[in-house]
Parts: sequence; structure tokens; C-alpha cells
Amino acid sequence: MQRLALIAVPYAWLLALFLIPFVIVFKISLSDIALAIPPYTPTLKDGFGPFFSALDFENFAFLASDDLYWRAYVSSLRIALVSTFLTLLVGYPIAYAMARAPEEWRPTLMMLVILPFWTSFLIRVYAWMGILSQEGFLNQFLLWTGVISTPLTILNTNTAVYIGIIYTYVPFMILPIFAALDRLDGSLIEAAEDLGCSRFQAFWLVTIPLSKNGIIAGSFLVFIPALGEFVIPSLLGGSGTLMIGKVLWEEFFNNRDWPVASAVAVILLLILIIPIILFQRNQQRQAEDEA
Amino acid sequence: MTQTVFAPWDDPSKKPLIRFDCVTKRFGDFVAIDDLSLDIFEQEFFALLGPSGCGKTTMMRMLAGFEAPTEGKIELAGQDIAPVPPNKRAVNMMFQSYALFPHLSVYENIAFGLRRGDMPKNDIDDRVGEMLKLTRLEKFARRKPHQISGGQRQRVALARSLAKAPKLLLLDEPLGALDAKLRQATQFELMDIQEKTGTTFVIVTHDQEEAMTVASRVAVMDEGRVIQVATPERIYEAPNSVYVADFIGDVNIIKGTAKPSGSDRYEILHTDGQPPFSAVSETSFSEGQTCHLAIRPEKVSISADRTADADNAVQGKVLDIAYLGNLSTYYVELPGGQVIKAQTANTRRVSRRGFTWEDSVWLSWTATAGVLLAE
Amino acid sequence: MNRLSWFNVTSLTLGFAFLYLPMVILIIYSFNESKLVTVWAGFSTRWYGELIQNEAFLDAAWVTIKVAVTSSTLATVLGTMAAYVLVRGGRFLGRTLFSGMIYAPLVMPEVITGLSLLLLFIGIGLDRGVLTIVLAHTTFSMCYVSVVVSSRLMTFDRSLEEAALDLGCSGFDAFRLVTLPIIAPAVISGWLLAFTLSLDDLVIASFTAGPSATTLPIKIFSAVRLGVSPEINALSTIMIGIVTVGVISASLVSKQNSLRQQRDEQAAARTA
Repeated sequence: MQRLALIAVPYAWLLALFLIPFVIVFKISLSDIALAIPPYTPTLKDGFGPFFSALDFENFAFLASDDLYWRAYVSSLRIALVSTFLTLLVGYPIAYAMARAPEEWRPTLMMLVILPFWTSFLIRVYAWMGILSQEGFLNQFLLWTGVISTPLTILNTNTAVYIGIIYTYVPFMILPIFAALDRLDGSLIEAAEDLGCSRFQAFWLVTIPLSKNGIIAGSFLVFIPALGEFVIPSLLGGSGTLMIGKVLWEEFFNNRDWPVASAVAVILLLILIIPIILFQRNQQRQAEDEA
Repeated sequence: MTQTVFAPWDDPSKKPLIRFDCVTKRFGDFVAIDDLSLDIFEQEFFALLGPSGCGKTTMMRMLAGFEAPTEGKIELAGQDIAPVPPNKRAVNMMFQSYALFPHLSVYENIAFGLRRGDMPKNDIDDRVGEMLKLTRLEKFARRKPHQISGGQRQRVALARSLAKAPKLLLLDEPLGALDAKLRQATQFELMDIQEKTGTTFVIVTHDQEEAMTVASRVAVMDEGRVIQVATPERIYEAPNSVYVADFIGDVNIIKGTAKPSGSDRYEILHTDGQPPFSAVSETSFSEGQTCHLAIRPEKVSISADRTADADNAVQGKVLDIAYLGNLSTYYVELPGGQVIKAQTANTRRVSRRGFTWEDSVWLSWTATAGVLLAE
Repeated sequence: MNRLSWFNVTSLTLGFAFLYLPMVILIIYSFNESKLVTVWAGFSTRWYGELIQNEAFLDAAWVTIKVAVTSSTLATVLGTMAAYVLVRGGRFLGRTLFSGMIYAPLVMPEVITGLSLLLLFIGIGLDRGVLTIVLAHTTFSMCYVSVVVSSRLMTFDRSLEEAALDLGCSGFDAFRLVTLPIIAPAVISGWLLAFTLSLDDLVIASFTAGPSATTLPIKIFSAVRLGVSPEINALSTIMIGIVTVGVISASLVSKQNSLRQQRDEQAAARTA
């Protein structure tokens, strides 16, 4: 009895507030927009028969034909991929140096990486607005040092979006890589050097392959949320920045076209399923390796 | 004044406290316990001995109620215990990891089981005091488990599981986490406490010395079956199979064929062209039957010259010597190629090393020194 | 290992400068006298004063805290139950679906979660307000709680629960008296995680909040869309300060505890 209740309560909660909402999104993505409350048709009030026959893939056809959506998906993918790669370039040396730091520093360094997690995401993105704007801190600094003579336009461009993604997601990259490097036995590097590798060769042939799982995990942890990102492109990006999270938001709040917004969500989900499954596989393999 | 020997298993009128009746336990396809029957009597100190994976822990967990038999039944004092959940059984367990509750003091750990019933507060206090005294832990009552040493933790675990005065106490590798010296002292302490409380103890161990020291009877297990149940002496001196002989202590096994040569006497033909060994056996063998002669190394004597009145004497060459301090074991190769271990006690501190490598020596033993086993 | 090469020192310095400089600059400018955020006009706490008098912000902060406390408490209860089911539940019908529903929200884009919940609330005719935000936040943060708690449960020595049963506890008593006190630190950090997630959330709250309830992130977002403002800088500084003090003191407490434990164990080993 107790066991049943223990399973049933969280199960029912998740079914009602996680799974059923998705079924609804899927259903609405097959509906048509209507000037009504709720603003789509059909609803179950129309009866079962007409309800199912009125569902169609019109919205998806619309998404496929309108190249705004195409470009948004492609550009989201590109931004997510490029920024994941850049985050890796920024995060790896930090994780590497942390793993090489004296033992007694490491907990403190770890805490310093985790601390931003606990700080509001919105505030961390907002902090860059003041830095990147025309008369912002960065431009003032560069003008003062004489590197540039006219202020750079960074805010409201894709560059600012890249910076924002790297900044907010780099801890996700650092932590799994650090975990992998921290476990790495230092004598392996010494053995490689003893066997004739140069420092760089030892790094390339031993350290990198052995931190592969961390790199993969970190990359997925950055790529997956970056793809559906909304706050960063809307605060740091410009009108030219196309990201699907932003498109969905605008479709919903500005155009009030719920069926199209739902269709956008369904496709985003389909795109995400592949990396999510790959990520799960990687995590599972890693867990098996350790066992 | 005659002392009665404690041997309820030889008394047919005694009812066993625990009875395993054709018990089988499967985990999926894996058979952990295979059609096993076993009786354990009141006040026994019973040891389940075997290598890891032999099913001994599964038997203990079935007694405690954490596993249910797939087939057969287990009786405690004549009652089938299958429908009784672990928290209602008059059986307590001392866990291998001790499983002391880290957030509770030593006192609270020992009182934990008592508080589950409706025992008055004063009685709980008395009982815990009694247990603390029994295990010499009075000074540590207020400490948390991480504030005491490994040996003390072991005693807390024992006190906690004894506090409810169970009919049966299960001990899962109780001394496994202690170092060798402490283990020996604790073995005697365990026996002492068992005697004082009169509780039936069932101990699971893979350490044969431990089982031999503490137990009134030992069950040697392998692959879910009990191979032999007997007193430690009988297990050592009269094993019923090569497996038991080999598992307990050091042994020479000589394979051959039997040839009856008088009442209870057999000649064992072992190597072509070599004289047969003679042995006495209670179990009978037919002519030409394959048999194994098991002889403990300490029962084989080693000498430079042939001992005149020995039942068996063979000449061989010293191959290796293992000097163990108190004992020396000589590995002697016989002309047929077999290697026989012979053990001598080093009773003198400074003695001339009797034999060295490549020396030609004589090994001898009596006909009753070894056991003749079918398999 | 012991000495850091110049390369490692450089990466650590640059890396942590990158992580922390933006926040430091934000904090510095919150004490700027000038309304123009980018021009330094002298030290002042003027914006903090104005912030305290800004009713709209205070109201939003109050709503946010109410939502965060309620949802994180609910999420902790549900998430701990879910973790227990995942680790100890054995097999039951739909186990795969259950674990899928626990892990999926962790990787789900917030826009999708928000949209789907909004459509549900509208579908069942639930008025959007504090209740709907609480429901939404509980749902996604219970998954985080259950991940934190289940990773603790996986390393939990099961024989402790068995010992409790053996000594006469019912299943529920064993959980209440033994398991829960021991995993309490994980449950508490689960609660804290749920609390900060709720405090931070903009996207899901925007979808599920009605006009009657505005949370602080929604308020901040609509303000900063118009550009940088010193009042927001002041607000951010306060929030960063609270988090920093909280996290640092929590880690000091846990460090102290583990040091004490170590000392006790060494002392016990010596007296043995």
C-alpha cells in the first residue's frame, strides 16, 4: 500500500503536468488558429469524430514553406554548434589548470566555478549589456588604451550572443572535463614522456583521449540548452539574430498564433531528441566504464 | 563429576530451533541455494563456511527475512517463518558493515530496537546499560559511531543486535573488518558472550580458522549446497569429500585406485611401478574403484633414513622449503612425479637445518593418518 | 603537479576573470551616482534607496519569494519520493516512462515547458496566477531535486535500512528514523537548488504568470529590455550578495563538519 502511494503520487504529478501538456502541444500543433477563446480549433467540445478529422499537418507545411522558420532553425543550430565549440576552447584550459592545481586549492576552485550557477541567469546576461554597449565598459576601456579609435558595435549582434552563451554555459563545460581530468592518473603522463613523447604529444595522445567523455558530456550540456535559448538572444542579440526560442516566444506572445507556436515547439523537440539520446548513451557508457 | 558434552544434533529427541526443509532460492536463472536441508539447534554456535558466492549470505538473509525461499520452507521453533516480515521476526542480525546509524549515539543505536516495542523507558535504560556492560562500552555510550574505533564499533553492532534478546542471532562476517590481532581476541569474546547469553548464533564466514575456532558445528558450503555439516574436529580430521579436505587447511591428495586388503584396510595403487600405499577407511571401496587419499602435511614425517615400522614409506627429493617460523613445510617430489608436503614443527630456536634442496629424504605416515575419499 | 606552469596560471587567471569581472563591474556601477550607467560620477547608494521605495519591485519580490518557498518545498517532497522510487522502487509498470519523465525536464528548453504548461492551464480553465507558477516550478524543480537525492541514495548503505527493519521498524519508520536523517544534507541542497531555480526562472514564469502575479525576473526582464538601468544594477548586487554569502557559508559549514568528522575518526583510531 505504502509502496503504491509512493510511486503513484510523483507519477501522477508528472503525468498531469509534464506528459499531458506535451500531448496538448502536439494536438494544438495540428489545429487551426481561430478567433476564439482558446484561440484554436477544433476543441473536444466539437465531439470526437469532427475533432480528429479536423486535425492536420497544415502548420508544419506552413513552417516548411516559410523560410523565416527554416532560417531560424538553421541559425539556431549554427549558433549552438559554434558556441559549444568556443565554450570548449575556453573551458578546457580552465578545467585542465584546475585539475593541475594543488590538491588543497581544488575545492575552492570548484566552488568558484559553481558559484555563478546559483546566481540569477538573467542577471549574468544583463551584466554583459553594460559591458558590450556602444558606450559600455569594454569600448571605454579599448578607447582608453588606444586599441580602437571609434567604438565597436557588439551589443545586439551575434557576437554578443556568442559571448553570452559562452559566459553563462562555460561552467557546464568545465565541470565534467574537470571531473575526467581530476581522475586522470598523473603517472600516465609521466609514462608517456618516459616513453619518448614530448609534452605536447603526451597531452594530445594521452590527456585528450582520456578526457573524451568529459568533453562529450560538457558539449552536450552546452549545446542542448543553447539551442532553445531565449533570454540571451533577446537581450544581447539584435533584430538580425534568429533563434528558434525567440521565434517561438514572439509567435506566441506577439502574433498569438498558438497552433504555429506549438508546431515550432514540436519541431524543436524533434531536433533535440537526437542529441539528448546521444547524451544519455554517453552518460550510460561512462557509468558502465566506471562500474 | 562428569561434564555433559553439548551435542544436541546427536540426540534424536531434540527438536531443532531452525529447520531448512528442501529450500531452493533462485535469482532469475541463477540458483543461489539448491534444495538444501539443514537443522540448527538451540544454543548452538553454528558456522556457515564457504567461498564467496556459495550461498551462505543468501541463507542468512532468508533467516533474517530479507529474501524469501523460492521453494521449500524454513521453520523457526516449528513455525514456518515465510509470512513473518523482518521487523516481526525474533531474529536479529549483525551486519558485515555493522550498519550502525551514523546520526545516533552508541546508546541510541543500542536502544533503537527496544524503542520499537512498547517497553517502558526505565526498562530500556536498564537493558541498554546491561548491553553496554556486556560489551565493555560503558565509557562510549554518548559517542557517535565515527568517534570510536573499529573494534568498538563491532561491539556496538553486537550489543545492538543482542539487545532485543533474539531467539537467534545472525552474524554476517562479524570480524571481517578487523585486523588479524584484534580478530583473534574478538573471537574469544564472541564465544564468551554467546555462552553468557545462551543465544543461538549463526555466523557466516569465509575464514576457515574463524569458523573452526568459534563454532560448535560448521557447515561447509559450495555452489548453494551444504557439502558437510560436522564439528570442527570432524571437518578437519574426517572430511567427507576432496572439496572439504582441500577447503579446510592444507592437504596432500593422492589419486589412485582402491584394492581391499583385509577388514577396513585398502591398498591404493597410485603410480605405475611404485609400491602401493596402505590406508584404513570406515567407508568401503570396491576393487578398482577410483579413490583419493587425503593426508594432512603435519601427519607426514620426514627423515633421512627409512623409518622401520611405518605403514607407508617413500623416498623422494626435496624440491622446495617454505619456512613459516613456527613450522617448515617441505615439498618432496616422489619418483612418480607427485609432490607431497610434509610439515615439521620448529621446536628449537637454533637448530641445524635438517634438510636442504635436492636432499634425498624418506617420508612416512601410518595407515590411519589419511582419509580415503571417493570424490 | 605541485607547481603550476605559467600556462595553467594564465588560464586560471583569465578564466576566473572572465567569470567574475562582469559581475564585479555590475556591482561597482550599482554604486554610481549618475543615472547614465556608463559614466562614473562618484560613489553613491542612491539607487538602493530608490529601489526600496519602488513598490512594483517589492511586490514582485514578495510574489517571487512566496512562489519559491512553496514550489521548492513541494518539489522537495515530490522529488525525494521520486528519487526513492527510482533507486529503491524495484520494477513496476511504466518504470521507463517514469524515469524518462524525471530526466526529460532537465534538458527540455524552457520555452517548450512553459508553452506546454500554459496550454494545459488554459485547457483546464485554471486562472493564471501564483498557483499556476507554483505548479509549473514544482514540476521542473522536482526533477532536479530527484536527481540530487537519487545520487545520494545510490551510495547509501542499504544495510542501514535493513538493520532498521531487522530491529523492528516498519518500512515508513525505517525511512523516517534512519534514511531521511542521513540523506538530509542532499535533501536540503535539493531544496536550495529548487529554491534558486524558482527564484531565477523567467521563461516558464512568463508563460504561466497571469496579469495578477508578476515575479521579479519578469519585472527585471521587462525593465532591462529597455536598456541598462542603475536600479537594476542595485537589485542585481543585492541578489548576488545574498547568493554569495549563502553559498560560501554553506560550504564553510560543510567543510567544518567534514574536518570535525576527520578529527574524531583520527582520535578514535588513536585510542583503539
